[in-house]
Amino acid sequence: MKLLNQSLTYLSGFILLIVTIWSVVFYFSMLNEIKSSIDEELENHKRLIISKAESDTTIIQQRDFDERNYVIREIGREPALSFRNRYIDTLVYMQDDDDEEMELEPVRMLVTAFENNGLYYELKIINPMLEEDDLIKDLFWFVLLLYIVLVISIILINNIILRKLWKPFYEFLGQLKNFRLGNSKNLPVIETRTKEFNDLNNTVNSLLENSIEIYEQQKQFIGNASHELQTPLAIVTSKLELLLEQNTLKEEEAEHIAGILKLIERMVKLNKSLLLLAKIENRQFLNNSIVSFNKIARQLTTDLEDLASYKNVSVELHERAELQAELDPALATIIVTNLVKNAIVHNSENGAVSITILENSLIVSNTGARELDKDSIFERFNKTDQNINGSGLGLSIVYAICGLYNYKISYSFKEGKHYFEVVI
Amino acid sequence: MKVLIIEDEQELLEAIETSLKKELFVIESADNYLKASEKIALYDYDCILLDINLPGGSGLDLLKELEKLDKAGNVIIISARDSLDDKLLGLELGADDYLTKPFHLAELNARIRAVLRRKKLNGKNSIEVGNVILDIHERQLLVNKENVSLNRKEFDILNYFLTNQNRLVTKSALAEHVWGDHYDESDNFDFIYYQIKNLRKKLSDSKAEIEIEAVYGVGYKLIEK
Repeated sequence: MKLLNQSLTYLSGFILLIVTIWSVVFYFSMLNEIKSSIDEELENHKRLIISKAESDTTIIQQRDFDERNYVIREIGREPALSFRNRYIDTLVYMQDDDDEEMELEPVRMLVTAFENNGLYYELKIINPMLEEDDLIKDLFWFVLLLYIVLVISIILINNIILRKLWKPFYEFLGQLKNFRLGNSKNLPVIETRTKEFNDLNNTVNSLLENSIEIYEQQKQFIGNASHELQTPLAIVTSKLELLLEQNTLKEEEAEHIAGILKLIERMVKLNKSLLLLAKIENRQFLNNSIVSFNKIARQLTTDLEDLASYKNVSVELHERAELQAELDPALATIIVTNLVKNAIVHNSENGAVSITILENSLIVSNTGARELDKDSIFERFNKTDQNINGSGLGLSIVYAICGLYNYKISYSFKEGKHYFEVVI
Repeated sequence: MKVLIIEDEQELLEAIETSLKKELFVIESADNYLKASEKIALYDYDCILLDINLPGGSGLDLLKELEKLDKAGNVIIISARDSLDDKLLGLELGADDYLTKPFHLAELNARIRAVLRRKKLNGKNSIEVGNVILDIHERQLLVNKENVSLNRKEFDILNYFLTNQNRLVTKSALAEHVWGDHYDESDNFDFIYYQIKNLRKKLSDSKAEIEIEAVYGVGYKLIEK
């Protein structure tokens, strides 16, 4: 959930709560205010009636709530003297504008007592009250409207102001998402006066600079280390070859030396692969030209036919289209070579390898027993049990080259066959 | 034949010297820029092996000097740097070949022989051993003056062996030379045995006076019978 929507959810929840509490408090204080205002009115009315009753005796005759809003009835002295003003909420039959017939309406009634010419009377005055359910209904709708207006304004404010405030953050995030160690030249920048964002920028950049430095060091280390190994390996190879040419060696000694030479050659090859990987990752191959994969595949099938027939593996080349791309010719050859050689070496007895060239992809497939682990297959030094002598770098090199040129490489296993596809 | 080795790594220099002395070359060596520059100016060599990283200067500068003296054509650069730029620059400056360390002595030998052959263009471009003549230009094998047909790989193998007569040719050196540099992963070069077997049969059928011997399972050696 986006930050914007999250804050909106919380805000709308809290606003609902606040508005509800506020409307309840408002309702009761309003009601109170109305009642006290009516009570004052009733009090005033009472005084008027009492003073009028002294001169006008007809007033005292008022027995029912007819056209007037009061009734008077005579009472004894004792109850009159102990009488206190009472305000009562009660119901009276009335007919309003909006009523079709008489119905019970809420009224405020003042019950009091007074003395007139030595006689004691009880006086009841009524005043129509607000209909509470109407008030609640109205209030509810108003509150709801207020709530909706508030939420809509918050959404708008959120969208305009917060979006504007957070814009640098989202831009920064976008830059970070696209950042690739070793590939991206520029560090992500944030253009803002917001302190927090600037802090974030500085923190992230110092972290990135650290990582870049380590990455570069590691890259250079592998390259330099394998480079420095070249000369000693050259010396050992030459010396062992010279040693083996001596006729004074005993058979057993010579076999030991031959064994060592084989191991040294494996080291040489491993070292070459590491150097190649380092060079690919350092982008030291920039001699791009138009390369035909068809040509490479054709040459390769000839070069590898002896290895294939030794392994009892058939190699078929299907050229469905002419596939050309602009890349370093040496790297193009390595892509095809490593995939095809891999397919020949890791094959079952009497197996088959097929190289298919389509308009924009190269597919190398071979028979195999079981599916390989898709996640680790392109990792360095990932060895299967069949491949004891391999360096475990062949596929990593292909993967690195594909990465360099943004080609897509994928592995799949269908009906007892491994498929490696490079989409150019 | 006079060969100059310019290489600062003493051990490697000695190994190359030992190997080339077996080919009966006259060897001189220089282990830094100054010595090399002096020798180049004073003497003529049939072939110069040139390392690029030298104490006191770059081998590429020596190459420029050689080019001025019109002597660059018989230079083989031997460098630990497998960089295409260096290679292109070196070849542009007139070097004949570029060999990356580490290399097989047999391969170095073959490259030197190739330089020497190219130098004397008017001489016959063929190798003769006993009753065997390998015509490199026509890609033909003649045994007792009779043509023995070879496929491409058999010819390349025999050529490599004849260039390295009486010398150990390891399977990996042979595979790299004949089958291309595709074998950085599989350590098993047994597949080359089939071509060797066919070649041996053709040689013995035609009664050639040469023989390919196996050497301790690590390679082969061509000897004159």
